[in-house]
Amino acid sequence: MTDMMTILAQTTDTAEALRQTDPSMMTQMVLILLAAAFTENILLTRFLGMCPFLAVSRNLRSATGMGLAVVFVTTGTVFLNSLLYYKVLVPIQAAGVPIPAESLKLILFIVIIAAFVQFMEMLIERISLKLYVALGIFLPLITVNCAILGASLFMVNKDLTNAESLVYGFGAGLGWCIAIILMAGIREKLKKAKIPAGLEGPGITLIITGIMALTFIIFQGMIQT
Amino acid sequence: MNAILVAAGIACALTTALSVLLLVAERVLVNYGQCRIDVNEGEKTVEVKGGGTLLGSLKSNGVYLASACGGRGTCAYCKCQIHDGGGPVGPTEQPLLTQDEINRNVRISCQVKVRADMKIHVPEDLLAVKQYAARTERIRDLTHDIKELRFALTEPGTIKFKAGRYVQLEAPAYGDNPEPVQRAYSISSVPSETDHVELIVRLVPGGICTTYVFEHLKEGDDVTFTGPFGEFEINESDKPMVWIAGGSGMAPFWSMVRHLKEVGNSRPVKYFFGAVQRRDLFFLEELRALAKELDWFEYYPALSAAAEEDNWDGDVGLITEVVDTYVEQGTDAEGYLCGSPGMCDAACKVLHAKGITTDRIFFDKFA
Repeated sequence: MTDMMTILAQTTDTAEALRQTDPSMMTQMVLILLAAAFTENILLTRFLGMCPFLAVSRNLRSATGMGLAVVFVTTGTVFLNSLLYYKVLVPIQAAGVPIPAESLKLILFIVIIAAFVQFMEMLIERISLKLYVALGIFLPLITVNCAILGASLFMVNKDLTNAESLVYGFGAGLGWCIAIILMAGIREKLKKAKIPAGLEGPGITLIITGIMALTFIIFQGMIQT
Repeated sequence: MNAILVAAGIACALTTALSVLLLVAERVLVNYGQCRIDVNEGEKTVEVKGGGTLLGSLKSNGVYLASACGGRGTCAYCKCQIHDGGGPVGPTEQPLLTQDEINRNVRISCQVKVRADMKIHVPEDLLAVKQYAARTERIRDLTHDIKELRFALTEPGTIKFKAGRYVQLEAPAYGDNPEPVQRAYSISSVPSETDHVELIVRLVPGGICTTYVFEHLKEGDDVTFTGPFGEFEINESDKPMVWIAGGSGMAPFWSMVRHLKEVGNSRPVKYFFGAVQRRDLFFLEELRALAKELDWFEYYPALSAAAEEDNWDGDVGLITEVVDTYVEQGTDAEGYLCGSPGMCDAACKVLHAKGITTDRIFFDKFA
């Protein structure tokens, strides 16, 4: 958790900068989306959600399922948490009730995420069995994916509006999804490669993640602030 | 201090609210109502509350699929075919199924939830026993104390069983017998004749059911029985078989030999049948004719105390002695026994002496 805090402190506040340059509403949303997915890729620049990234990236099929599940859950939970924070906690605080909204949000966000995942699992099972079969087993795993909580906490840090947080959540999830799909593609090719015994498995995967993260640096200049 | 209490209060309130929401959602969303599971094309239909696993739902309705892991989806024993209503194959099932099985709609029943009406197929044996109503079509004397009963099934109209199974015939209240009783009799008819059941009943002096059969049951009478029961059957292997029976222990073998003939068997069978006198032998001509016709079948009837007037030219002595004569030492055959406990135990001993171990001997012992 401490590493997450340091990351939070360093977060470049792209959204705030964007708002000052005042492009049209639509462009702004697109920029938030691109920033969340690429320049601030939650996995490759923040290194959040590494455990499922390492565990489920062995083949493309399950990586895609996991990735889509993360997109779905981040979009939903970042939006819900944004509502909770700005429509409930902040007004209560503003009304003079002495609550530590900053620290309370950490606990409440987790509760929201857990409940959302549980609820969605039931709902998806009811609505579409095909979707349930594709995402079903990944949903419970996601509750403990720190990228999900990370996205919600960044959302507060970045001071996003409710609508913006919806886009931001989607973008953050999309970035994680792209990263795990890329990794799964590489790992499927790696099966045929000769890897030194000591580096097999997580070792080579982490090295490749590092190289992928380096390549993602090129996106940094994409959004001029 | 105040801030901590308010914060704790908010956290508790939110958690409680979400819990209530989830509970309500579970009530509404995971409620699939009553679902009807059609097992083996209508042979059995069970009504279950939807939402549970197929394995559990079947179990609570008397259809017992094998399961070693307790429904965790690891042992893959609880496979069954789901032809309708099973939904897509889940990721937890995929590793346990071959492509061929998936094509045949085979599923892991502990990983399938009952969400709608289903049509499934389980191995025939698993289907619970049924109660049959039947009409007595023919009663004939095989010997002075053994009768053959032939029943035409009325409801349900057909039965599926393996040669060697038995049914429980119900004797209704009659005379001094105040309440219905059930007694087990092996089926002597062939499995291919699905609309009839034949039994071989030997009179037990003072026996409630046999007395009913011998003194009260008339052709045209309605009877009820349940079945098929039991595990006595022809073991699937290519080893030769040694069959040993006495009295009404004939029934399963009379069914088996004709069943084997129908399916084009080639496993060698030696059938030893023990009786006291010529008058205790039945199906003698039929079985001798079969032995002549079928090169894999040998029939050895033996009399333990042949009377003068019997003019018996076959084997004499206790059936165990005859078995000892004709079964070679160190054979790899399987033993099949049907008769009184005394006969079975004696037969077991002689088979052991011949080198047939207990795991290759199958019983249908009756008292």
